[in-house]
Amino acid sequence: MKTLVWVEHDNNAVKDATLAAVTAAGKLGEVHLLVAGANCAAVAEEAAKIAGVGKVHLADNPAYEHALAENVAPLVADLMGHHDAFVCPATTTGKNIAPRVAALLDVMQISDILSVEGDKTFTRPIYAGNAIATVTSSDAKLVITVRGTAFEKAETTGGSGTVEAVSGPADAGLSSFVSSEIAKSERPELTSAKVIVSGGRALKDADTFQEYIIPLADKLGAGVGASRAAVDAGYVPNDYQVGQTGKIVAPEVYIAIGISGAIQHLAGMKDSKTIIAINKDEDAPIFQVADIGLVGDLFKIVPELTEKL
Amino acid sequence: MKILVPVKRVIDYNVKPRVKADGSGVDLTNVKMSMNPFDEIAVEEAIRIKDAGKADEIIAVSVGPAKAQETLRTALAMGADRAILVETDAEVEPLAVAKILKAIADEEQPGLILLGKQAIDDDSNQTGQMLAALMGRPQGTFANTVELDGDSVMVKREIDGGLETVKLAMPAIVTTDLRLNEPRYASLPNIMKAKKKPLDTKSPADFGVDITPRLTTSNVSEPPVRQAGEKVADVDALVAKMKALGIA
Ligand SMILES: Cc1cc2nc3c(=O)[nH]c(=O)nc-3n(C[C@H](O)[C@H](O)[C@H](O)COP(=O)(O)OP(=O)(O)OC[C@H]3O[C@@H](n4cnc5c(N)ncnc54)[C@H](O)[C@@H]3O)c2cc1C
Repeated sequence: MKTLVWVEHDNNAVKDATLAAVTAAGKLGEVHLLVAGANCAAVAEEAAKIAGVGKVHLADNPAYEHALAENVAPLVADLMGHHDAFVCPATTTGKNIAPRVAALLDVMQISDILSVEGDKTFTRPIYAGNAIATVTSSDAKLVITVRGTAFEKAETTGGSGTVEAVSGPADAGLSSFVSSEIAKSERPELTSAKVIVSGGRALKDADTFQEYIIPLADKLGAGVGASRAAVDAGYVPNDYQVGQTGKIVAPEVYIAIGISGAIQHLAGMKDSKTIIAINKDEDAPIFQVADIGLVGDLFKIVPELTEKL
Repeated sequence: MKILVPVKRVIDYNVKPRVKADGSGVDLTNVKMSMNPFDEIAVEEAIRIKDAGKADEIIAVSVGPAKAQETLRTALAMGADRAILVETDAEVEPLAVAKILKAIADEEQPGLILLGKQAIDDDSNQTGQMLAALMGRPQGTFANTVELDGDSVMVKREIDGGLETVKLAMPAIVTTDLRLNEPRYASLPNIMKAKKKPLDTKSPADFGVDITPRLTTSNVSEPPVRQAGEKVADVDALVAKMKALGIA
């Protein structure tokens, strides 16, 4: 089987999320990549070094700069003429593009796969990860998104793929990029952080979140996450949200502070290796999944902990 | 301008799903069902757009069993004007739902179609994007803000790194994220009024759509269960544990 993997990038460098998708694709067959963007030749060169990669298709066109689905989905659909599976990381970019590709190909997409069980058989989470379904496709081609935490990351070196320029459809003229607000941060990205400190509704407001959560995260070199309640209330930006409908994370250590442990939150972090919970309610559901729990007032515990570490 | 709002009847978000012992699926007998929360946000947004004088009619659509009428009545009670139930007891996959919605959009010619970004049962996150592809129209997924501006719509999207704004030519498809708005509760008088609003019932065959599933589910199982660990007495004990984990 010939797979086509969507390379997630910012026109400068390959993003980590790509690597798990490469591993998943490798379980299906030959791994070809697609780098679609503008002035992104350097990304293709970098991608060609990923272990196990064959051909790298480079579609360099101003129309692809912001990965607008209206423009890149027809490009992918064309390339799928000679590939059997389109494999996308389950990032917001992947989730935006893959279903559009699937519909163009008249294929039913398989979202967020956890494992490859056979040529056309996969497991995937449903009901906020409270059930795992084993599904088999009967379509001629596959369109898949890959849960990043479920597959090892492919090595970024050792590959010797060949880069081949491809052209694709021009700007569809349906949509345009206007602006973005991307926070620049020195902190590790949530989806690749080894340690994550997450805060919930109990943190009261943005200033309090900063005052209590950030120094602890700094001390641990950790990524910072949050519950939906904390995001909705404006303590932190939307992309901090961990959960069923936010980011899925599985760090070595996840520290949940003032988070109750709703099923929608657990869905995003319960595959973490070690879970530490700090909550004043000893019956909070978070303690049912926590390896280490400390019952008490976070406003006393967190500063003391930060100081003693 | 018309706004089309597809809504799905799903397990209530407060219910913990239980997997059937025979591995055939999740047990939904006697389980509370509600409108998919993201679809409530879509209905709310449509009402706000209409209230701002930028739309004339809101049509709610559901593809599902007869009981999905309740979900449509909820949409009508919130403020939708009429409803269409495409009735079937079969499980309909996102691709087939998108095909049915396209057929309805061809008839109704809405300027905007507002959907939830994902349904909290199958967590697919596909229908809106597929519909946009089938219609050859633009998509604004994971919307945080929607602003109509003449014959285009500005959609601020929640993306992994933060926020992104795109401009879409209408007709456009928009899928909602959590921060778009806070949906209203239907008032009792509006619930009564909703009973008199028109609700058409159709079948997938009326639209010539083949809903045969493309995926077969051979097994549904419970994920590995995490065991609760231990509670420590104080910060010193926690520090010791964290040192043992090598993170301090
Ligand atoms: C469609 C949908 C999707 C959703 N998606 C997500 C998602 O992706 N991610 C997500 O997180 N949620 C999601 N939710 C929301 C989820 O249901 C919960 O509402 C949310 O996770 C609760 O956040 P919380 O734990 O911070 O707040 P709460 O549930 O209010 O918990 C606050 C906790 O803080 C503790 N506390 C209070 N004061 C202190 C103190 N001084 N010291 C120590 N502890 C204290 C309390 O005991 C309590 O346990 C979703 C909901 C819906 C309907």
